[in-house]
Amino acid sequence: MRSATDAGMSIAPIVRSVEVKAPPARAVELFATRMADWWTRGRTIAPNPHVAIVLEPRPGGRWFERDAEGAETHWGKVLAWEPPSRLLLAWQIDAGWRYDPGFATELEITFAPTATGGTTVTLEHRDLERFGTDAARHAEQLGGGWPGFLAEFARLADTDS
Amino acid sequence: MAYATRALDSFAALGDPTRRAIFERLAARPAAVGELARGLPVSRPAVSQHLGVLKAAGLVAETPAGARRIYRIDPRGIGAMRDWLDAHWAAALGAFQDFADGEGKEEETPACAPQRTPE
Repeated sequence: MRSATDAGMSIAPIVRSVEVKAPPARAVELFATRMADWWTRGRTIAPNPHVAIVLEPRPGGRWFERDAEGAETHWGKVLAWEPPSRLLLAWQIDAGWRYDPGFATELEITFAPTATGGTTVTLEHRDLERFGTDAARHAEQLGGGWPGFLAEFARLADTDS
Repeated sequence: MAYATRALDSFAALGDPTRRAIFERLAARPAAVGELARGLPVSRPAVSQHLGVLKAAGLVAETPAGARRIYRIDPRGIGAMRDWLDAHWAAALGAFQDFADGEGKEEETPACAPQRTPE
């Protein structure tokens, strides 16, 4: 799916990191298997609060939340499962804040050992220009154009960072 | 946090299918209320109302053109979405850090209590 955004327009990825006291193997385990415990309730996309957030531990595994009624709301999928150093996930929640299987941005989480036995956890959310491409896809279906907007989107997002 | 709140409004504003359709049409081409209403199965006053919400969310801007007002995409609203995501991941990692450090030394009293909701 090569598009206008591949011709040089890209948006700076979001990169955030924190240091935790646990070593990488433990940090990645807590991150992946206890997500429901640390992810803030109410800050998910489903209408009801989550009781579980599941990250199936294999490439192609699903990533979804489940509410008390058992309803599942998908977030994306696992692209690479490489503990204790790295997880690569597809974040498939679009600019309209809905799960869209035809949409994906990459979320890479790396776990690097620190000198004191802890872990630096770094999260990178990239391919953000696809939020614009996704909207452009809909615009194209309506017979319109988009490049001016995308260029502006990229410019402003870059200056904001 | 003003930026984050505003971007959250952007996401919420686009959650409505009619508003999303209006936003996408404006992304393709700036238009007046009448033109937008002709292409959509909703009334002109309804379109005006949706435009008001999109405008409040910082997603569209209007410019007067004679007696009409031309609506177009306000790209600053989209830049705000990136800021919102940035704030979202900062908060998520902060919550993870609190939780992981609390779990890692359960034998001590954690200085910063983990963010756990008892089930």
